[in-house]
Amino acid sequence: MDFLNIPLPAILAQLVVGLINGSFYALLSLGLAIIFGLLNIINFAHGAQYMLGAFVAWFGVQYLGVNYWAALILVPLTVGAFGMLLERTLLSRLYREDHLYGLLLTFGLALIIEGVFVQLYGVSGKPYATPESLRGALNLGFMFLPKYRAWVIVASLVVCLGSWLIIERTKLGAYLRAGTENSQLLQAFGVNVPLMITLTYGFGVALAAFAGVLAAPIFQVSPKMGSDLIIVVFAVVVIGGMGSILGSIVTGLGLGLVEGLTKVIWPQASGTVIFVIMAIVLLIRPAGLFGKEK
Amino acid sequence: MTSAFRPDFEALQVSNLHAYYGESHILHGIEFEVRRGELITLLGRNGAGKTTTLRAILGLTGRRSGSVNLNGQEVIDWPTHRIAHLGVGYCPEERGIFASLSVEENLVLPPQVRSGGMSVEELYAMFPNLAERRKSQGTRLSGGEQQMLAMARILRTGANLLLLDEITEGLAPVIVQKLGDVLGALKTRGYTVILVEQNFRFAAPLADRHYVIEHGKVVECISREQLPSRMDALHQRLGV
Ligand SMILES: Nc1ncnc2c1ncn2[C@@H]1O[C@H](COP(=O)(O)OP(=O)(O)OP(=O)(O)O)[C@@H](O)[C@H]1O
Ligand SMILES: [Mg+2]
Repeated sequence: MDFLNIPLPAILAQLVVGLINGSFYALLSLGLAIIFGLLNIINFAHGAQYMLGAFVAWFGVQYLGVNYWAALILVPLTVGAFGMLLERTLLSRLYREDHLYGLLLTFGLALIIEGVFVQLYGVSGKPYATPESLRGALNLGFMFLPKYRAWVIVASLVVCLGSWLIIERTKLGAYLRAGTENSQLLQAFGVNVPLMITLTYGFGVALAAFAGVLAAPIFQVSPKMGSDLIIVVFAVVVIGGMGSILGSIVTGLGLGLVEGLTKVIWPQASGTVIFVIMAIVLLIRPAGLFGKEK
Repeated sequence: MTSAFRPDFEALQVSNLHAYYGESHILHGIEFEVRRGELITLLGRNGAGKTTTLRAILGLTGRRSGSVNLNGQEVIDWPTHRIAHLGVGYCPEERGIFASLSVEENLVLPPQVRSGGMSVEELYAMFPNLAERRKSQGTRLSGGEQQMLAMARILRTGANLLLLDEITEGLAPVIVQKLGDVLGALKTRGYTVILVEQNFRFAAPLADRHYVIEHGKVVECISREQLPSRMDALHQRLGV
């Protein structure tokens, strides 16, 4: 069966590739949405923090003998802790100021972090070995899917849905939702909101670092890997609408799929299709597909 | 602190309280006190500074100075969340029901600040409407139900000093009556209450004392006994 004279297996194969990209979009835009919800800051350092995740994993293998599976846990904790340090020392000074200051600060931080890594390691990528147990490929009938890529899809889905369940179903999540709506009132009830903000920022950054570790074996580790990806992720966030948790996950995966489909139907447009969708969404629903109109 | 053993020790004493929103100086030296188990009101015209007074007690305004003494603790420099843990419950003027939380999640959201709070079952018995709608989205409740939820959720925490901002605003007479009964019950249980109220007829039978605020200052303090003879002056002040 063909569609527009394109063989079905080719379409399915690109959809799977799209799902892999979508997994990264979902993880990254989820972190951005959580941070934006509570802190009201657009975390422009998110791409740099994703890159840090990949680099710290690479350091781990190079210098400390930390394997991939340990890195998957330890790297988000380390980079998340670094994020909390940034929040305590820098971001927390800006909450009373206009949102623009937070944006400028995190943008500046991203430039500094990336600049330092370009200085130290150049722009070429460093290879990161795929873990032993995930080498080889699965035969899906229409394509051979490398096991590692299947794992990326599963891992990011589990983490995204797990985060969503925690936010929607637990007491901790209720604090986060309430704090996102009205943090002053939550604090008046006796919740240590400043601490919550620090932990939430740390969690969002840890998600970015987790995505970075997942990405290392696929895309190689390079200082620019974050800035390339994050531009698309910001478009995803604009399309989904800031501040909707489920919206950010669904939009991330969905746009990965759309991008994959475009690659088979009209390859030249695959690099821009997300931005075209963004423009259309902005025209029709400025608050985004899942955002609330003010 | 020897004073803490005096049974009539003030639950809250506010003196020379100044508060600002940005550059605007809103409170100009507020003074009043509430003793344990008393119910007092803050009266005044729109924009007099009643809400700001409650918010300043909790540290929710901008810069503030003066003294807020809670159970013998000076808390003017404390962060908001620590003040709540001295047993303060706050019911804001806009009610503050969270849209992203269900009724029950709203009810159990505020952390316990003391022992001796009411159980969820007791609260559902007190406000049966909430029990019926426990799974609904918080803001799907009617105005009156939202007000009951806003009251109920601070009674669960064990807070024994309640800051209530215009809880009868815009509500039907039966619900106002119901809230009056609730406040009466709370008084007999020994709660300390600061009530900001426009509805003077609602507040008068419950209150031990009334403080009239004008332009960010307390301009008059009227006890329950003085009330009949001061009624005309009070009406003039409030412009009712
Ligand atoms: N967030 C704010 N920023 C700047 N000014 C404010 C803010 N909130 C209140 N004000 C000003 O402070 C003054 C006192 O307001 P407040 O809300 O305390 O009055 P109120 O006595 O509670 O009035 P009402 O009966 O209408 O509720 C008003 O002049 C108001 O304009
Ligand atoms: Mg008010």
